[in-house]
Amino acid sequence: MTTEIDRQWTTRLRKTVVEKLPPEKLLPDTQPAYVASWIYVFGVTTLAALAIVIATGCVLAMKGPLWWHLSSTGHFVNSLHLWSVEIFFFAMVIHLWGKYFMAAWRGGRQLTWVTGVVLFLTSIGAGFTGYVSQTNYDSQWISTQAKDGINATGGGAFFNVLNLGQMLMWHIVLLPLAAVALTAVHVIYVRIKGVVPPFEEEK
Amino acid sequence: MGLTEFFGAVFNLDHVGKYIHWGFIQLSVSNAILIALMIVTFISALLLPFPGKRNRKEGK
Repeated sequence: MTTEIDRQWTTRLRKTVVEKLPPEKLLPDTQPAYVASWIYVFGVTTLAALAIVIATGCVLAMKGPLWWHLSSTGHFVNSLHLWSVEIFFFAMVIHLWGKYFMAAWRGGRQLTWVTGVVLFLTSIGAGFTGYVSQTNYDSQWISTQAKDGINATGGGAFFNVLNLGQMLMWHIVLLPLAAVALTAVHVIYVRIKGVVPPFEEEK
Repeated sequence: MGLTEFFGAVFNLDHVGKYIHWGFIQLSVSNAILIALMIVTFISALLLPFPGKRNRKEGK
């Protein structure tokens, strides 16, 4: 007999979550033997780089443009932000190649693949809005070049790359929120479905 | 010579960027180097042995 407590949405949600993702699956003690390969390290490298991107971005947001343009510490943190983004994309693209060639969408992992694709596109948007938010000649050049492309698509009315305030807000609020949320979903799907095995292991 | 001057002398970026033109493809030399590095890293990741592989316990 189901009680009133069993019918509560909180109880049902908890049961579903624990059933789909028990703690030993969320933080497993061991990984399959095939994961012991360098090609499997690029996902977590991307994740580590993202953590540095977010942390240095928070420092830049706290201190502001004058600090990152004029002080040596500001230059240093600004460079950390840039170079962690470089490593982020470097590792993410190798992760993408590895997963593409092992057809990582196999075994019901379609949503892991799709969230990864959307995350990749979101990251490109975050990178682009970062480049046009630098408040220097570089960002002016990039935004004036990009405006023609975006206007040609008809998107300029909604996404104006010459509007620094709008680009900065996309860069420091909307896109990071989307990227972090998508990363969480992506990693949860990896944990639910497990790391994709090589073709020979699947047979 | 400070570190800034040293790296500035080794990696002098104070000039117009160099570009590779190949038909309709145009990319900067720095991006081409980066892409080559990514391909090298990808192939190395497939070929290089992973440390401690033999001693690992197999999970599920």
